[in-house]
Amino acid sequence: MTEHNDNHDHARTFQPDHVEPTSDAARIGLALRELLIEAGHYTAVEEQAVIAEMQGASPENGAKIVARAWTDDAYRERLLEDGAAAIREVGFDLQPYEFTVMENTGDAHNVIVCTLCSCYPRALLGMSPAWYKSKSYRSRVVHEPRKVLAEFGVHLDAGVDVRVHDSTAELRYMVLPQRPAGTEGWSEERLAGLVTRDSLIGTQRELTS
Amino acid sequence: MTAARFAVGQRVRISDRTPPVHHRVPSYAKGHVGVIERVCGLHGEPEKFIRGDGKPAQRLYRVRIPQTSLWQAYDGTDRDNLEIEIFEHWLELAE
Repeated sequence: MTEHNDNHDHARTFQPDHVEPTSDAARIGLALRELLIEAGHYTAVEEQAVIAEMQGASPENGAKIVARAWTDDAYRERLLEDGAAAIREVGFDLQPYEFTVMENTGDAHNVIVCTLCSCYPRALLGMSPAWYKSKSYRSRVVHEPRKVLAEFGVHLDAGVDVRVHDSTAELRYMVLPQRPAGTEGWSEERLAGLVTRDSLIGTQRELTS
Repeated sequence: MTAARFAVGQRVRISDRTPPVHHRVPSYAKGHVGVIERVCGLHGEPEKFIRGDGKPAQRLYRVRIPQTSLWQAYDGTDRDNLEIEIFEHWLELAE
């Protein structure tokens, strides 16, 4: 056995070097960060903790909340009424943002966008997908939502109303997708396994059991 | 807490102005009429963060605008809506 035959695939584990900042904006950002730390507004350790917390967030958190809403009607009502309070019950906190959940029904479909930048409930669901931040998605989904949704495979007939939510200020949104048929009696954990990131944004409608 | 000036269901018009500072009203919604979908909390005014702390806080609302009134030749139904967060100082009652 050669020294290099160590049972892992280098093609898959290879990562490019960390890109050094080259734009003025990136350099200003770095300089600002150093100044803030130097002036004692926060410490590098605190910053790392926040980054670690955000990296720990993932759509699984949203899936857990959806599964609870599917199995507990009273929780579902609280979630739709006051999303922030309802997710605090299960240990999540998005303050200072107002967390808001929009429910898909047989005759209404919700989809989330932030046209001005790319607001996303990152502390709950983790990093947003690249397309969510793209100029194309942000500009098109507000004025031709049915066409954009169709490109994602969501074909809505005229009997289903579209509600596009532009996250322009202090609210952060999540869609509550419909529970798939044939999942009666499933545990919360098993149900959570059906929920995808895109269904929480609204670019997927049907979940499969 | 400051009382909300508008109530759910009231028709409001979004102001069509462009202050020379960062603000959170996209141009496509300016000048359009919608209905208050819900009354949200008090939050720092975006225009006042350029110098200072955004105070006094402003009431935030969600405004529901029919897609067919926003876009000419909208491809959808007249029940499709766009819902957007707008601060109180950008809204006035509409007839």
